[in-house]
Amino acid sequence: MSRLQLVPKYPREKQVMMNLNGDEAIAYAAKQSYVDVVAAYPITPQTIIVEKYSEFVANGEVHTEFVPVESEHSAMSACVGAAAAGARAFTATSSQGLALMVEILYIASGLRLPIVLAVVNRALSAPINIHNDHSDAYLMRDSGWIMLFAENVQEAYDTTIQAFKIAEHPEVQLPTSVHIDGFFLSHTLENIYTLPDEAVYEFLGGPRKIPKVRVDYFGEEVDYVLNPARPLSFGNLALYDYYFEMKIPQLIAINKALDVIKQVNEEWYELTGRRYGNGLVDPYMVEDADIVIVAMGSGAGTIRSVVKKYRERGLKIGLLRVRSYRPFPHSDIRNLLRNTKLVVVMDRAIGPGQYGALYLDIASTLYHERSRPILVDYVYGLGGRDLSPDMVSTMINQLVKDLERGYIPEEERLRFLGVRG
Amino acid sequence: MATLRSWREIPLGGVAFRLSTDVKTGDWRALRPVIDQSKCTKCMICWLYCPDMSIIWDGEKVFVNYDYCKGCGICAHECPVKAITMVPEVGE
Amino acid sequence: MVVKTIPEIPVKKGEPPYKLWIFEPGEKKEFPLVFNLRQLAEQRRPALIPGHRLCAGCAAPIVVKLASFAFRGPTIVVSATGCLEVSTSIYPYTSWAVPWIHNAFENAAATASGIEAAIKALKKTGRLKYDHVDVVVFAGDGGTYDIGFQALSGMAERGHDVLYILYDNEAYMNTGIQRSGGTPKFAWTTTSPVGSVLPGKGEHKKPIADIMVAHRIPYVATATPAHWMDLMKKVRKGIEVNGPAFIHALSSCDRGWRHEEAISIEILRRAVDTCYFPLWEWTPETGYLLTDRSLVIARNPSLKQPIDKFLEVQGRFRHLLRPENKELLKQLQDYVDAVWEDLLKRASNAPR
Repeated sequence: MSRLQLVPKYPREKQVMMNLNGDEAIAYAAKQSYVDVVAAYPITPQTIIVEKYSEFVANGEVHTEFVPVESEHSAMSACVGAAAAGARAFTATSSQGLALMVEILYIASGLRLPIVLAVVNRALSAPINIHNDHSDAYLMRDSGWIMLFAENVQEAYDTTIQAFKIAEHPEVQLPTSVHIDGFFLSHTLENIYTLPDEAVYEFLGGPRKIPKVRVDYFGEEVDYVLNPARPLSFGNLALYDYYFEMKIPQLIAINKALDVIKQVNEEWYELTGRRYGNGLVDPYMVEDADIVIVAMGSGAGTIRSVVKKYRERGLKIGLLRVRSYRPFPHSDIRNLLRNTKLVVVMDRAIGPGQYGALYLDIASTLYHERSRPILVDYVYGLGGRDLSPDMVSTMINQLVKDLERGYIPEEERLRFLGVRG
Repeated sequence: MATLRSWREIPLGGVAFRLSTDVKTGDWRALRPVIDQSKCTKCMICWLYCPDMSIIWDGEKVFVNYDYCKGCGICAHECPVKAITMVPEVGE
Repeated sequence: MVVKTIPEIPVKKGEPPYKLWIFEPGEKKEFPLVFNLRQLAEQRRPALIPGHRLCAGCAAPIVVKLASFAFRGPTIVVSATGCLEVSTSIYPYTSWAVPWIHNAFENAAATASGIEAAIKALKKTGRLKYDHVDVVVFAGDGGTYDIGFQALSGMAERGHDVLYILYDNEAYMNTGIQRSGGTPKFAWTTTSPVGSVLPGKGEHKKPIADIMVAHRIPYVATATPAHWMDLMKKVRKGIEVNGPAFIHALSSCDRGWRHEEAISIEILRRAVDTCYFPLWEWTPETGYLLTDRSLVIARNPSLKQPIDKFLEVQGRFRHLLRPENKELLKQLQDYVDAVWEDLLKRASNAPR
């Protein structure tokens, strides 16, 4: 398929190269996104985001009201209040902080407030640990948020800006989280390309736009905001007669986000020359692969480099990185994995009493295929344990054997990579 | 009361789409406040304390809006001239 | 098509009895504080409209109603989860004539902080359509004394320009009368029942308003709807100060306190007359100042009633009036007296 080379509106020479770590990149992206309210509480390894943003405020570089709240619970609560009052709101957290926030995450999505949250993924206690895994992310899996996982610092920057656009899309209006791996990305310096402020402003269409809503007691469509001109009541009590009906539009909106994430990914490509697969999934050499590794986050980078080596040796192997964890891109994944013989899902968290959460999603996606691939779950990297290329190689060697054998016995379908026996 | 609506008609974020004045809480009432206009001094204390906004001042006199009055009797108790009496509701 | 959901009632003078508060963008209306009740009834409408499902005789809507008569203009109201919140927002209906939000139980103060921050940011960038928009919180004792205290303290420390009104009915009434940090000693609740060994709640009420004074925020006051003029003045002061303000309003609950519906206001009057709940205000400049009936009692101590007057009309204290519990009653009286004496020492307008 021949395709004209696209000249982005802001080619690399028009972008600014900056040496930033993942946290700084997110803070910088938020700064450029005309955020009105940032309410945040420090927690390792997210702290740099809060610190950096405080500096922008202290130096008068932003108009943002920074609310240094007394807990993550209040951080999300203040974001809900701010967003309901018409502001563009942003916050960031990790691990225990996210756990404390969870109650309000459901409220933010239920009230359809397009808050953006940066989650610097970190393991949950006990034992207390400050390093990366995805157990905190899985905690918010069903909270109704759009969840996007970045692989590197450049993507963290790009995704944070995109997140505002996705969240505020008129047909979406849902809170969105951007996930980066604690320390692996949050504290790792990378040279990244950033857009000029005005380009971001233009990409987002300026300040947040308020959607319209229709209620019986006003004869016109009114702003969906706490507005003294047209008072509305947010956060009502809905019982068995209405709760169910109120949840359906939320499901429709998050499914709509599948298209919007793709569309925003393309717009970003036209603007910057960068895109991540189709926005939802980022496949690498998947098309003719017999074995496909499915992963999320920074681990995908390591896996890709190993996959490349094995490809050079002639093994038909590929990597499928899931970028949009919620909404889960079932049809994209199904189309990509249709002809695969063995699919290995890499879960950076355990699901006690069950397989890993990503494995379950992939399994449910593949269930309806006529010829289903062999499926195996690898749990790796808990509590920040590094995923080395050697470990990936060990895994792949085993997978080759599994493929020759043609099946994986039930007791082996959940495996652990990198744990001492 | 309006028929229950489908999810297609639920406003964004589940904001309330009707006002509670549709809900006639008057049917909770066991005792009905009756104002003796000849005694009433129009001091407005009953209007002030009515928790259900059921006492109406029409510019000339005070009267009760029985659509919402739950019959708590605060008005009768607080009336400084005892112009309000609580009468048992009779009927169906 | 406009669906008429506000019934029209013949009113000869002024506007219909119920209406939404509409402030068109750019409108610079500031309501004066009106104490002439007929004038008030003609000019102002409460922020709550009828049809709410609070119990008959509940004082919470009276607190809201009176407070809203003291609002000065465009106001956003935040409610914590509680009786007031659930009963005024049963979908698809709302009883709020002003923009209103309920987030969760423990975070009304944090939500209000976010709203206030948003208002500031919008104003800074020329997107706010009013000179000022006030933010007022209504939260119960559970959402203030207990689960919501951290958020409240944080809001006070950060200095958000929010008026936080606590309507204190002295227990978790919404879930069925369980003890809270605001429940007084010896009160019966479903989690501090009066048994053969324990005489109700074992601990005294947390001095929440004094705790807010300790934050040294610009304005703290106590109030009851029975002293309506006092309450309205305090609400207006709380809104006008620049920074956080806290009003502790005692609010009777006929279900939880086990009293007759009709005496909801009477009982609050007795709470003040017995000095169980003294009325005062505090600012960093003036310190404690007694107000209204409590100032009268301070000047004329013979008006101070024994605590029995407050207890005798409430079923939750019925056991205290039994002869064998005389000692407990005395303990409670001594406590009330000690707190009152302490307040008299602190209040600069109390006679020496």
